[in-house]
Amino acid sequence: MTKGSPVAVAGVGIISAIGNNVRECLSALENGQAGMDDIAWLDTVYRRKIPVAEVKASNSRLEELAGVGQHIDGPAGGRAGLVSRTALLSLIAAREALDNAAIPELDHWRTGIVSANTVGGMDRTEAFFSRGPRGRLRQVVQHECGYSTEWVADRLGIRHYQTTISTACSSSANAIGFGAKLIRHGILDVVVAGGTDALTKFTLNGFNALMILDSAWCKPFDGERQGLNLGEGAGYLVLVSDAVAATLSARSECVLSGYANANDAYHQTASSPDGRGSWLAMKTALERSGLQPADIDYINLHGTGTQNNDLAEGTAIRRLFEPRYPKMSSTKSFTGHTLGASGGIEAVFSVLAVWHGFVYPNLRFHTPMPELPFVPEIEFIRDVPIRHVMSNSFGFGGNCSSLVFSKCQS
Amino acid sequence: MPIVNQPVYIRSTACISPQRGEPDYRALLDPKLIRRMSRIIRMGAAAALTCLREAGVAAPDAIVTGTAYGCLEDTGRFLNSMIERNEELLQPASFIQSTHNTVGAQIALLLQCTGYNNTFVHRGFSFESALLDAALLLADEEAATVLVGGIDEITGTSYALLSRFGLYRHAIAGEGAAFFLLTARPSTYDYARLDGVHTFYKPSTDEEVRQELISLLQSNDLAPENIDVVITGNNGDEQGDRVYREIVGSLFPGKVNLTYKQLSGEYPTSASCGLWMAAHQVQSGVGRVLLYNHYLGIYHSVYLLSHVAK
Repeated sequence: MTKGSPVAVAGVGIISAIGNNVRECLSALENGQAGMDDIAWLDTVYRRKIPVAEVKASNSRLEELAGVGQHIDGPAGGRAGLVSRTALLSLIAAREALDNAAIPELDHWRTGIVSANTVGGMDRTEAFFSRGPRGRLRQVVQHECGYSTEWVADRLGIRHYQTTISTACSSSANAIGFGAKLIRHGILDVVVAGGTDALTKFTLNGFNALMILDSAWCKPFDGERQGLNLGEGAGYLVLVSDAVAATLSARSECVLSGYANANDAYHQTASSPDGRGSWLAMKTALERSGLQPADIDYINLHGTGTQNNDLAEGTAIRRLFEPRYPKMSSTKSFTGHTLGASGGIEAVFSVLAVWHGFVYPNLRFHTPMPELPFVPEIEFIRDVPIRHVMSNSFGFGGNCSSLVFSKCQS
Repeated sequence: MPIVNQPVYIRSTACISPQRGEPDYRALLDPKLIRRMSRIIRMGAAAALTCLREAGVAAPDAIVTGTAYGCLEDTGRFLNSMIERNEELLQPASFIQSTHNTVGAQIALLLQCTGYNNTFVHRGFSFESALLDAALLLADEEAATVLVGGIDEITGTSYALLSRFGLYRHAIAGEGAAFFLLTARPSTYDYARLDGVHTFYKPSTDEEVRQELISLLQSNDLAPENIDVVITGNNGDEQGDRVYREIVGSLFPGKVNLTYKQLSGEYPTSASCGLWMAAHQVQSGVGRVLLYNHYLGIYHSVYLLSHVAK
C-alpha cells in the first residue's frame, strides 16, 4: 500500500451509555434515547447533582459481558472485582469489533492493537488512595494508560504489536490514524484501533473545577448551550490490509480515506476563537483523502456543548465549508463526552453512517448559534446516500484530529 | 519487531538527567512559566528547546513524545486535594496539567507549532512507540523534521509505591527527559545515523535476545564484530543485569561496554537517555554503537547507530 492510500474498515465494536453493543447503540440513536441520567455507579458526592452518561452496568455485570471468569489471571491480582472499568469496557468493545470483522484464520495474520485512553485505571487508583497510603498494591497496578491495552491484547490473542496513545479528547482518533499507518506501511495486517475511558471521580472533579459541566443534559451547537456532560465507554474499528480484506466473506464497503493531526498551539485547555487547529486538521484530512469540502455528506462533530469548543469548531467549519454545509450533528448529545474513547465511539458511528446511509440527530437543539450560518440535524435520517463522513476530535493541549471515512468505489 | 528500518538522522539531542543536574531553566523559559510548570513539564520543555536550539531549527514539523506515567506530580496533587477536600472547592490548575500530552502540548505552545503532535503512553515501550511514529512521518514525507522525546518524572508517591513493588530494591530510581531532532536526510551537522531499532516483548530465553540483536545487525549487513561500542541498560539489579552480561560476553567479547543508568537511574523511558549517550559516542568519533536496554525484563529494545560520513 502506498502513502495516503485508503485502509479498509472490516469491523466495529462499541459500548456506551446508550448500549452495550452496536445493535443497542443504533437502536437508541434511531429512537432518540440519550444515555444521560443521575449518577448510579460512580461513588461521588455529585450524585443527583451532575448528570452523566454512564454505561448502564456495574463492574461485575461488565465482567460477565467481557467474558472474564471468577479467576482473572494477570497482574490485577487473580480475582474478579479488581479489574479497572477502563479495561473491561475496552475488552467488550474490542472483542465485538473482532467478532464483527469475522476475519477467517485470524491467527495467520500479523495482528496489533492501538488503544487510547486518558486516565488509565484511575478508578482503581482512586480506590487505592481512598484507603490511605497503605492501600492494596493490586489496585494501583492498573494506573498506567498502557495497562488496559496489554490486558486486552492478552485476552484477544493479539500478538504482534501493541501501543497506547493519550492526547486527551482526541486520543482515539489518533489511535485510529496511527493504526492505519501501520497497515499502510505493511507493518501489520490487522489492527484493532480505538479507545476506552471509564468515568472517574478524577475527571468528574477536574471538569467540574473547570466549570464546563452542564447541570442539565448538554445542548451541543445550541445558542443556549451550558457545557458538557461526561460519559464513558469504548469504541474500536478493525482496520485491515487489502490482502486481509480480500478474504472477508462480506466485503466491507467503508475505508478510512483520510486522517490529519494538528495542534492549535493556543492554550492548554481552550481552543483558539477561530479554531485554527480544528480547521487545519479538517482541511489536511480532506486533502489526504483527495476530496473537496463539497464531497463530505455528514460531519460527526466534536460538539462537546461548551461555549468555547462549539464556537471554535463551528467557526472552523464555516471557514472550510462555506457556502455549502454538509449535514452535521454531535452524538455527544446521546453518549456524553467519553474523553479518550470519544474518537473511537464516534468513528464507529461514522462507519455505520457510511455502511447504512444514516445521519444521526443532534438532540435537544432549539436555538441556532448567532455566530453560525448553519444548524445541526435534529432528526434521524435513513437511506441517504452517504459517500464521505468526517469525524472530528479535539482535545486539551490543542490536539486536534479529523478522520474521513468513505464508501468504497466499486 | 522493527521500529526503525530505514535510516534516520539525529540532527541534535539534549538530555536532562538526575546525575547531570537540572539546567538553568531561566536561560530557556520565561520565569513566570517556570513557576507554573511541574518538574516533568520543565524538564521536557527545556530538553526540547535545547535540542532545537542546537539544531538551529525554530520549530519542527512534528512533535512526538513518549511517557509511561505522564504528569504524576499534577495528577497526585489533584487526586490528593480531591480526597482531602471531599471533592469540594477544587482548583483546576493541576487537573489541566495532568493529561499525558501536556509536555508535547506545552512545547507546541511555546514554539507556536501547529504541526502533527502525538503522545504515546505504552509503559516500557512509550519512547519506542514515539520513535516508530516519527520514523513513519519521515518515511511518508509528512514531516522533514520530527522532535521526538522520552520523559518521565519520579514523585514522592511514585517512589513510595514503586518501592513497595520492589523496583528499587537494587536499582536506583530515575527520571529524565531526552529529546532528538530526527530527519530523513543527512546534513553536515548530524550527531549520528540511527540505522535501526527493534523492540521485543517478554523474550523467554537469552537465545531469543541474541537472535533479535543479530537480526537487527544482519538487516544492516553487519556482524557483532563490526560494533565498536556496546551500551547496555545495567541498573544494579543482579537479576536484570544478568542478560546484559550474557549478551555482551557471548556476542561482543572484548568490546567497550558502557552503561548509562548511573546517570539517569531506572525509569520506563530511560532508553531515550541511553540513545542520547549513544549519539554522543558516535559524534565523538566512534564508528558504530549498539544500545541494548530492557525495562523489568519485559520491554526490550535495541538500537544501532553509526557515524555519518561527511
